[in-house]
Amino acid sequence: MSATDSPAGMPAPDNAGRRGPMAEVFFSLLRSGTFLTGLGIVLFWIACALFGEHFVPYDPLADDIINALAPPSAEHWFGTDQIGRDVFSRVIVGSRDILTVAPLATLLATVAGTALGLFTGYFRGIVDDIISRILEAFMAIPVVIVALLAIVALGTSKTTVIVVIGLSFAPIIARTVRSAVLAERELDYVAAAQLRHESAFHTMFVEILPNVIPPILVETTVRLGYAIFAVATLSFMGFGIQPPSPDWGLSISSNYGMIGGGFWWTVLFDALAIATLVIGVNLAADGVHGAFND
Amino acid sequence: MTEKAGNALELSDLSVAYRVAGRNRAVLRNLNLTIGQGEAYGLVGESGCGKSTVALSVVRYLPRNGSITGGAISLDGQDVMKLDGEALRRARAESVSMVYQDPGKALNPSLRIGRQLTEIFELGGIAGQAATDRAIAMLNRVRISDPASVMQRYPHQLSGGMQQRVAIAMALANDPTMLILDEPTTGLDATVEAEVLDLIALLRQELSASILFISHNLAVVSKMCDRVGVLYAGMLVEEGSTQDVFNDPRHPYTVALLRCLPRGGQRKDQGRLDTIPGFLPGIGADIKGCAFADRCALATDRCRSELPPLYDLGGRLSRCHYHEQAQALPRATPSDVAAVAKAKSEPVLHVEGLNKTYASHGHALRAVKDVSVSLRPGETLGLVGESGSGKTTFARLLLGLVPPDEGGSIRLEGKVLAPRLDNRTDDQIKAMQIVFQNPDSALNRSHSIRHLISRALKRLAGLRGAALQARLDELIRSVRLTDRHLAVKPRQLSGGLKQRVAIARAFAGEPRIVVCDEPTSALDVSVQAAILNLLADLQSKEDVSYIFISHDLGVVRYLSDQIAVLYLGRIMELGPSEAVFSGPHHPYTEALLSAVPKLDQTETSRIRLDGEIPSATHPPPGCVFQTRCPRKIGAICETQEPPLAEAEPGHSIRCHIPYAELARLQKPAMQAEPA
Repeated sequence: MSATDSPAGMPAPDNAGRRGPMAEVFFSLLRSGTFLTGLGIVLFWIACALFGEHFVPYDPLADDIINALAPPSAEHWFGTDQIGRDVFSRVIVGSRDILTVAPLATLLATVAGTALGLFTGYFRGIVDDIISRILEAFMAIPVVIVALLAIVALGTSKTTVIVVIGLSFAPIIARTVRSAVLAERELDYVAAAQLRHESAFHTMFVEILPNVIPPILVETTVRLGYAIFAVATLSFMGFGIQPPSPDWGLSISSNYGMIGGGFWWTVLFDALAIATLVIGVNLAADGVHGAFND
Repeated sequence: MTEKAGNALELSDLSVAYRVAGRNRAVLRNLNLTIGQGEAYGLVGESGCGKSTVALSVVRYLPRNGSITGGAISLDGQDVMKLDGEALRRARAESVSMVYQDPGKALNPSLRIGRQLTEIFELGGIAGQAATDRAIAMLNRVRISDPASVMQRYPHQLSGGMQQRVAIAMALANDPTMLILDEPTTGLDATVEAEVLDLIALLRQELSASILFISHNLAVVSKMCDRVGVLYAGMLVEEGSTQDVFNDPRHPYTVALLRCLPRGGQRKDQGRLDTIPGFLPGIGADIKGCAFADRCALATDRCRSELPPLYDLGGRLSRCHYHEQAQALPRATPSDVAAVAKAKSEPVLHVEGLNKTYASHGHALRAVKDVSVSLRPGETLGLVGESGSGKTTFARLLLGLVPPDEGGSIRLEGKVLAPRLDNRTDDQIKAMQIVFQNPDSALNRSHSIRHLISRALKRLAGLRGAALQARLDELIRSVRLTDRHLAVKPRQLSGGLKQRVAIARAFAGEPRIVVCDEPTSALDVSVQAAILNLLADLQSKEDVSYIFISHDLGVVRYLSDQIAVLYLGRIMELGPSEAVFSGPHHPYTEALLSAVPKLDQTETSRIRLDGEIPSATHPPPGCVFQTRCPRKIGAICETQEPPLAEAEPGHSIRCHIPYAELARLQKPAMQAEPA
């Protein structure tokens, strides 16, 4: 090497005072009041789902006909329902099913949507046109109709609910991923990968995917809120979680006829529970979105 | 130039800091600077030295984390620091105007040009037809030929040069006393840059405004300014008349900066460029003594402990204890190169009749038309031309990233290459690699440097395990990186280091040809010099051929053996580098050369191209260059496309004017320009 500008003269890579982009997002989340509030609410419900049964005053499934439809009191804080089950105990443990079904459905939607988005965004052209039109057609059908058809075909089960919601949400995630991939596709590192004869699989999953994680994370948290809402709706309509689960949507469904008789407590607390969980997830999603888009 | 009637701008002991991670970090340190009435003052320095911060401080427009920590700013005798909100707004509206680097961002994309211009007059209380008339007058003033129609257009419908003219018109609309130009021509083509600079020079004669001209391009500043200040780490290190500073620099930094530029037709086989070792101190660095001491070969213990004052050398200033010896600064990079005796060998690349046509709104867009070139091992083919001339498309065709039209052929070492990358063999792919212009786009930001280079070694060189590790070490050393750079992600490296990684990756498979697509255009001159040296060294060591694309003719000349001048996808001139540069050359080449501002000459005979490069969907009939050609001879140019005819052995020109006639026409210019 004749000419040298010495490597010794180069500065050490700048690590001090700078964090990786993901760490940056993490610290910005910890400073976000919106995110922390949302996370607090969600963690509360997760704790209830995991440990609630050890702390609740009554067995959420045990009926007590003599005390049916008792208003809120010192013994029954949220009153009792039409067969005398303790509403408070049922609300506390009622998050168990929704908190397994909704996240799993979201996970399915994310995995399928990411794969579809990478595929359509990477190959573009005719592949993209065909798949995108099919996905759009799919998005036009209401979830409830899909659910009805699926239940007729597959029977009611948690799996059916997960698959139905997961597949209904996948096109929405696919659309977000596709637009991010289309932007990445134009960057020179993709051309550089082609100039190494990399496979399409490698280029999509090793080169492009890590760079589109931020929009995927944001979209996933937003979808989780919708998934919770969708599970509650399907349960309410009888296509979702099945009795005897103390699920909120299901409880509202079996008690809402009582409102006319003035027995508001049989429905109100379950409804509030759904509302807080959805709001909690949405607040967290807002925080995640903000942290990635600062 | 300078009148004694008070100064247009005075910065005294100005200190500015940015708050980063809870700490105030000094960016400008006790800066003193005076611009007289009607004077044009140039501020030069590498990126990160605080040039733009100066501009923003003048109008107190620093980003939110920036603050003026000391000193005073006086604009036309008015203390800017003491102005309240309303007075500051008035000062910004009435006495100072700024023109920024990227006119595309300075103009509002959703408002018509007319609306944006008249708005300025409306702020001054002129409305309706009067404002429209004034706006049209303003556009006339910046030599826009059809102002009424430009008023109706949106910014994206104008070319970059036109946008910058509009931005200048807007800046001049309120007849400011101070005009701040922050890299006004950096993003523009050389021919457009020349036009904009001419315009600014012309306007200076018409207006009374003083100018603060900020640029990293020393030649541009030398052409435009009366006095120049060299900024380093937020301090003025040298100041004086443009003549003095550039011809007789008295600070080692200025000396070193000037040496980084390939000048006077310097070529790679005549020696390496000088570089500046080390790096600019980071913002907020604690500087004892001279800020440049760490990178200065002349530095003594005194330099490291005692901050040099600005020594007054009779009308000029230098912040160096040893200013009288500054020009004795030893080279950081030895100039000598081992002479390579080039054996005449078979071309490694032979391109014959390559075409690329895109369909654009029902029209055929001939991006590359009938291009034939060949390249021998160890040689460089330089591609020059304005943006839109088809340089990058041609490179992508060669690499197979874009398939060419049927008919042409690309031969690599005698074998015809498949048009598409997918159909080329692994050996063919690894033989031709590319260094992209923008390393931020070319290096995957999610991967570590180790992964980026290892992957290339694995795929292109087929290495695994210990062999890969050994080659990796060798490769990073050959591009002068070290082990500690391997663990990091690209964003933790500076622009120059990132480009070294990109070069290492391109060389992983021991390529025969490397396409370099403007590899240094985003880099500072000192870093550019180091990268050019590296490319030249690698070439002499590995006997690799380059296809080197650049808009910087000095850079192309330094590295190239052959030059192809492209215009609207056609080769206008092709020949050995020296023949193309020294002429006689094609009128287009002549115009390109004339457009480049040069440090070593004050004024040249000037050939200017009117207007923009025509659209490739509707190329002009006859010779495609006839619409802008300053040497057009008549009807034949409009009807008949001249062939690319060999004028001398190996030197072809596509022009109707006979070679001898070109030689006669261009003689005065050729004499003025040292070959």
